Amino acid sequence: MATIDKPDAGAQTADSRKYNVIGTRPIRHDGTDKVTGRAKYGADVKLTGMLYAAMLRSPHAHARIKSIDTSKAEAVPGVRAVVTHADMPDPGSRVAELGEGAVNLRHLSSNVLARDKVLYKGHAIAAVAADNVHIAEEAANLIEVEYDLLPPVLDVREAMQDDAPILNDDVRTESLAGETGDKPTNTAMHFRYEKGDVAKGFADAHLVIEREFETATVHQGYIEPHNATALWNADGHITIWTSTQGSFTVRQQVSELLQIPVSKIKVVPMEIGGGFGGKISVYLQPVAALLSKKSGRPVKLIMDRASVFEATGPTPGSYIRVKIGVDSKGMISAAEAYLAYEAGAYPGSPVNPGCMCIFACYDIPNGRIDGFDVCVNKPRTNAYRAPGATNAAFAAETVIDEICESLKLDPVEFRLNNASKEGVRRIDGVEYPRVGMWETVDAIRQSEHWKSPLEGPHRGRGVASGFWFNCGLKSSASATVNGDGTVSLVEGSTDIGGSRASIAMQLAETLGIAAEEVNPTVGDTDSVGYTDVTGGSRVTFATGIAAYEAACDIKRQMVERAALIWDVDSQDVHYGDGTITGPGDKEFSFKELAAELHKSGGPIIGRGTSSAANQGGAFGTHCVDVDVDPETGKVEILRYTIAQDAGTAIHPSYVEGQMQGGVVQGIGWALNEEYFYDDSGVMNNASFLDYRIPTCYDVPMIDTIIVEVPDPEHPYGVRGVGEVPIVPPPAALANAIHNAVGVRMRQLPMSPPAVLHEILDKQSSGNGQSS
Amino acid sequence: MRDFEYAAPASLDEAIELFTGKNGSAKALAGGTDLIDHVRTGRLSPDLIVDIKKISELNILENSSSGFRLGAAVSCNRIYRDETIVSEYSALADSCRIIGGVQIQSRASVGGNLCNSGPAADTTPALIALEATCVIAGPNGTREVAVEDFCTAPGQNVLQSGEILVELKFPPRQENSGSHYRRFIPRYEMDIAVVGVGASVVLDSDRETIVSARIGLGAVAPTPLFAESAGDLLAGMPANDDSIAQAALEAQAAAKPIDDMRGTKEFRVHVTRVLTERVLKAAVARAKGESVEVAIGH
Amino acid sequence: MMAKKRVVTTSINGTETEFLCEPRQTLLEVLRDVLDLTGSKEGCSNGNCGACTVLLNGDPVDSCLVLAVECEGADIETIEGVAPTDGLHRIQDAFLECAALQCGICTPGFIMSAKSLLQQNPSPSEDEIRFYLAGNLCRCTGYDKIVRAVQEAAKAKEEVTA
Repeated sequence: MATIDKPDAGAQTADSRKYNVIGTRPIRHDGTDKVTGRAKYGADVKLTGMLYAAMLRSPHAHARIKSIDTSKAEAVPGVRAVVTHADMPDPGSRVAELGEGAVNLRHLSSNVLARDKVLYKGHAIAAVAADNVHIAEEAANLIEVEYDLLPPVLDVREAMQDDAPILNDDVRTESLAGETGDKPTNTAMHFRYEKGDVAKGFADAHLVIEREFETATVHQGYIEPHNATALWNADGHITIWTSTQGSFTVRQQVSELLQIPVSKIKVVPMEIGGGFGGKISVYLQPVAALLSKKSGRPVKLIMDRASVFEATGPTPGSYIRVKIGVDSKGMISAAEAYLAYEAGAYPGSPVNPGCMCIFACYDIPNGRIDGFDVCVNKPRTNAYRAPGATNAAFAAETVIDEICESLKLDPVEFRLNNASKEGVRRIDGVEYPRVGMWETVDAIRQSEHWKSPLEGPHRGRGVASGFWFNCGLKSSASATVNGDGTVSLVEGSTDIGGSRASIAMQLAETLGIAAEEVNPTVGDTDSVGYTDVTGGSRVTFATGIAAYEAACDIKRQMVERAALIWDVDSQDVHYGDGTITGPGDKEFSFKELAAELHKSGGPIIGRGTSSAANQGGAFGTHCVDVDVDPETGKVEILRYTIAQDAGTAIHPSYVEGQMQGGVVQGIGWALNEEYFYDDSGVMNNASFLDYRIPTCYDVPMIDTIIVEVPDPEHPYGVRGVGEVPIVPPPAALANAIHNAVGVRMRQLPMSPPAVLHEILDKQSSGNGQSS
Repeated sequence: MRDFEYAAPASLDEAIELFTGKNGSAKALAGGTDLIDHVRTGRLSPDLIVDIKKISELNILENSSSGFRLGAAVSCNRIYRDETIVSEYSALADSCRIIGGVQIQSRASVGGNLCNSGPAADTTPALIALEATCVIAGPNGTREVAVEDFCTAPGQNVLQSGEILVELKFPPRQENSGSHYRRFIPRYEMDIAVVGVGASVVLDSDRETIVSARIGLGAVAPTPLFAESAGDLLAGMPANDDSIAQAALEAQAAAKPIDDMRGTKEFRVHVTRVLTERVLKAAVARAKGESVEVAIGH
Repeated sequence: MMAKKRVVTTSINGTETEFLCEPRQTLLEVLRDVLDLTGSKEGCSNGNCGACTVLLNGDPVDSCLVLAVECEGADIETIEGVAPTDGLHRIQDAFLECAALQCGICTPGFIMSAKSLLQQNPSPSEDEIRFYLAGNLCRCTGYDKIVRAVQEAAKAKEEVTA
């Protein structure tokens, strides 16, 4: 492995010189396996005697299941097991904390295998394990299900109406204040946050703008479909090999759903082909386990791409109303928002984080936010990269742009003047520690991009900012010193984007050794301590803290061991930069002392955990130039610059990669991605052909500016970087489109037909007023 | 995937016999880029798949004074790597270069694209513009059908039981002629045409007047359309923007699209005019011997 | 009355390889499940993501859209055959040095397509790279570093041949 020079000057990694490892760009430890095809992902698992499984899924969006007859499937030669909900215990309506928020277990169970109702097209009903996948598929199609069809409801506002079809009889509207509604409804939650005197804030305003927005349902779009291979051994132990964002949450979900103690379940996290929040919930793991139990053989179950779209993920479509008032000096005086998010089949949309993020970039004295979590006949929504925040930022940041346009204010200056800072209290009540919102806006102001003129007809520039919390949660790591002076690190965070490297680098920095001298491994649930999901932009932060603690534990033991060898008081031994020194010029390099360990008292193993640390949150500001074809409404992205606060960039290449990847997902969401349903609730575009994620021919290079405002909660100042880059792109693009052709887009996606419609509308109205 | 038998005949007669014997439950496999997906998803359920790539007549790629012959199974990448096609039958090369990604282009054939008979097939408007004729072989011998008459409904065509599309014949390229195919898609690659337009024009020797023009439209009707009146309108007109705008309006009038996930009716009608203008301008420029820089996907 | 299995003889990564398959098995399924060459990935099964890209007689194809029985006599190259016995191919090196992968599921397909591109066009422009690789989807990187890696690999070849 080699450490390479920084490939570009885009990264402004301040203070990186004070570190030896942090801020450098070593080759990732798992890299060679991943460029040679040797890395084993979930679908690559092969076990002796393994069966292949397939699922039967609902063709209807809303129906009551009258009966399921599996006899014809069971009679097919080569079929070894068939399971339905009847094989799943009823977990009751208990609510359990499953590492990604509280979940009603009966809802989770019914989502895995439908119980009495199907609530969306693609809802899993039964599964078949057979000698090969073709037999399993054919047999699954022979399962006979009788349905009573019910009318589907697909639109979030229609679902909130009193006469809407009700999806779940057990759902009542709950409020933050603890009130519960008295009749079945689709509106599962009503969140409300208030601060200051909203009426007075608007009364004092010089300008108030209120707008409505709609955003489409979109999917995480990871390239690897869901998968699970399970072996239910004769001794009652279950092993599950799967691609997941969190092996411990899979273990807990399977434990709760199958009512088996966690001690009987081992989850082996395979390499994972993308998740973005969508590979936290279980879909296949309990089913594969049940099929294994019934057949006595290991069973592999892989989802097809259409089912990935129809039955997993997505992030909610939404209806949002935003009202912002500013005073004569261009300072925000009041803000109000109403957010209704699709939960999909069961409650649990990210409307609450949407509420907390919508005005988070700004210091707002008076505000009120209402959020509604609403069931519709679409797949149960799941987290997607800063869940809830992108929809919200699209609304708020385009209203801000309109205010700036009306008052002839520079949108960057406006953001600088109103930026959230340390001590500012959000409308939802949280007071900020040191944060870098202002700095990211300033970085855009100072950028070559912002300073350069944009010329040509139908071209425009837009800016937008975004916020995401980032979380801490729990992580574990252990590290063993090897005789050759290397360290084997076992940690529990599945590596989706190079986190083995960023965690190993923090261990190496702490010990004063090279990144290449650490061998990181992601352990299974029996090999490493409890670790929460790879999500919430938490891994480099929290598992980094665990690795740091493990390194500190090693340092402590190394000092004691040196003292023992030298026969001196450990108070007189010091550890600095990979060297252990004692009285009278006594010195061991890390490697030298490592070589002595077996002769002097045995192995040294460091352990570390993280549980209390909370991140300060991350901000980003984006600038984009577009060219809009006025005859077709098609948007071409000419140039894109993202400035983001990374706290401290551990491995700048992978920080840039998170920023670039988030931006391009945001571009897809902004321009072309959406679920197309027909009136019966059937998704018409459940493929990568018509669910249009960006190709590399759709986007330019994405320029990155890494801003470093260290997070005081982390020993090296790390902030999570994974999620916030997806937040601003739709708003930045909408603002750029307006700047280019004078139309305000208030729906996502801003696809060519939608943009052209607005352009033609503006031309026919003739007065150039679009708003 | 459902079970099926596979055969790879080496001769046309053998293939026709296989198709005739199966009475409609056999499907031809050329590039397989549509067929294999359709079998996998259950849209098609053949008992027999006949791989036609080993039949020499279906692999012909030949230019002569009597015109150009393109075997039905020739892959897209063989087509756009052929210099004669690129320079003399440009619209065909244009369309082959943008079907799927390179992986699809290694396998997909123009014949397969035509026989799949989708309304949005990229190569068909180009074939219409280039006045291609389909050569069809069957148990009762060989017959020829003008390409604009080949498709009869979405997914349906004139092929009878036992018949195979063998090749496409193109008339010799005329002096001072040029052609182009372009489509509108929401992304810049890897999409199905929302509107596709193929056009060819022949100019007078002074290169100022249009002698004749042919325009093919995709994705705006149940089958690819020959916008005959729009092309005829251009005959005798000066090769300028005004004439082109008139023809584009005429083409737009021929478009009878539907609303779907790929585009609204309103949008398709509008873009038919816009794209026809752009494509005709490029075809005229090529006819004048100018090199046209095609920004693919734009 | 299932269709009979067939013996297919191919050359895979330079080694003559015989396998038994049903007509309905795709090349991807045979590579992964029969021959244990799991480096080719299944992302969509309908030719839209490119994760299963292999070179068939030198041309890039989606192996999910090729029947294994079609491959009689064919020359197939998969990601497992790209690296030389010692070390890595320059495209693989470039992907590592440029951090051109995050989750890595699309990486084998991208490397196969990039290899095909550089065989045909040793010094492609950024636009040509982006156009050629559009049949390979990546959801993690935003493509920036992938395009740079291919540029680096092209440069590395120029240096080798210079």
